[in-house]
Amino acid sequence: MLTQTKNTEERVWTLMIWSSVGLISFGFLWILGDLLWHGWTQLSWNFLFSSPENSGREGGIGPILISTSLIIGVCMIIAWPIGLGTAIFLAEYTKDHHRFGRLIRGSLDVLAGVPSIVFGLFGNALFCQALGLGFSILSGGLTLACMVLPILIRTTEESFRAITSDQRLSAAALGFSRSTTIWCILLPAAMPGLLAGSILGLGRAMAETAALIFTSGYVGRMPESLLDSGRALSIHIYDLAMNVAGGNPNAYATAIVLVSLLIIINLVASWIADQWTTSNQLPNL
Amino acid sequence: MISFSNNISSQFLSDRVLLWSLRFFALIAGCLLFLIVIFLIHEAWPAVQQLGITSFFTDDAWYPTESLYLLTPMLWGTFLATLGAVILAAPIGILSAVFIHYYAPSLLAITYRRLIELLAGIPSVVFGLWGLVVLVPLIASWQPPGPSLLAGILILFLMILPTITLVIHSSLAHIPIAYIHNATALGLGRWSMIRKVILPSAKSGIFTGIFLGVARALGETMAILMVCGNVVQTPSDLFDPIRTLTANIALEMAYALGNHRSTLFVSGLMLMAMIVIFVLMAERLRYRETNAHAN
Repeated sequence: MLTQTKNTEERVWTLMIWSSVGLISFGFLWILGDLLWHGWTQLSWNFLFSSPENSGREGGIGPILISTSLIIGVCMIIAWPIGLGTAIFLAEYTKDHHRFGRLIRGSLDVLAGVPSIVFGLFGNALFCQALGLGFSILSGGLTLACMVLPILIRTTEESFRAITSDQRLSAAALGFSRSTTIWCILLPAAMPGLLAGSILGLGRAMAETAALIFTSGYVGRMPESLLDSGRALSIHIYDLAMNVAGGNPNAYATAIVLVSLLIIINLVASWIADQWTTSNQLPNL
Repeated sequence: MISFSNNISSQFLSDRVLLWSLRFFALIAGCLLFLIVIFLIHEAWPAVQQLGITSFFTDDAWYPTESLYLLTPMLWGTFLATLGAVILAAPIGILSAVFIHYYAPSLLAITYRRLIELLAGIPSVVFGLWGLVVLVPLIASWQPPGPSLLAGILILFLMILPTITLVIHSSLAHIPIAYIHNATALGLGRWSMIRKVILPSAKSGIFTGIFLGVARALGETMAILMVCGNVVQTPSDLFDPIRTLTANIALEMAYALGNHRSTLFVSGLMLMAMIVIFVLMAERLRYRETNAHAN
């Protein structure tokens, strides 16, 4: 009797688990299928390179791709040195109980949880208004740089910590200065992890919308300088779907472009990370 | 791990230059959070000073043009949408993670995990687009008007599910294999083992996942803005349109001036305070969990 009720319970829960997994997979495939179904017919080489016309209902996304890459370029150029410097400092110069190190790590953990809309408010107040950059690609890129810093620092710090202490010890025994050790030995060894982290940060920046609405703005023209307002891919999707009647087909096509770029970015990042772990296990000396 | 911190002075000039520049970068990164808080407070201050904090809860309505700044409907919107999403996502997230570890054949487990990771990477605006074009008309055909609290809950559910699943998944991976062996030796069935052995010992991981999910749901903007209808009102049922704090900021920031703008910064501060509490609770649990495994 006892075993029978037990068996029923086991079966019920197995069923529950499989059906919730089925539900999730179904929802996911629905979203992806819907994207492909609605957007596929709009997609062409011409769509990628031509300018949007008639508020984006017709034409393509050429200038928007350019603006997006400029915003992300600014973001990475600013975030990289700060992120790398902080990560090296945290990994090589602070122990776990180091007070300054703990303070920085704690503040970065919180920063990682700050929602993008708050970054948008901050970027608008600091970059657009206080620094007078206005709605521009520069403001947007700087705001995104603040946003990707935590993820960049965390992955880079981890890749430095993963290096065995043998390398540091050997370098010290050879009388290398610490800066030489860091630049010539540790940095190359941590490079794959660093690249993977940067690519993840890049993906996060590319997916961002809320932080950009009131920092980089809406203008869909080809940007002439970094101080021009530029519309990112994600903002283009939002604007077409919400503010332009009949903009859905092109919104879908843009969404396909964005999602495929993100998937490519993630594949590259995980490929680099895999390469790194295999090469770490088998040192080729 | 060899650390240089116990012997920081060096004979090389380049080392000192490097250390100081690293400290400088670290200082920038560390100060960023404080800079954000200071700027938010600085921008929010005029409204707090001129209107007083209570007016955000006691004004008659949200009519910025008539200097009425009631935030409670938006707070309810944020609260209810998050609550609904977490009630759905927490159990299903736990079951998903359990599935990956204990039920799925290995190939399916890997595929499903990849799928969840992919879902985590889809930008919120794409969820919003799908919600606007597919989900909202579907709800409208059943219970008009369509853009509603329910649509927001369902979209948020899909968005926080990957967060919750992946955190719980990594916490399950740390459970000592001996627990499973012992449970099997005692003749426990698969589900009994999970309920009585696995889930209790993964408790802090589960809560970390849920807290991070809550933080993500509270801060989510674009998707919820696109499917919720954005009517400022306290919803009376699931099918009423709502506006969340985040959506309010995104919608009105572009043209807000004076006290109106300042009030939006006040709501940004409230949002940030709520999220920071959840993130800190999650970090604390995670810290405790890693320490527990280390012992």
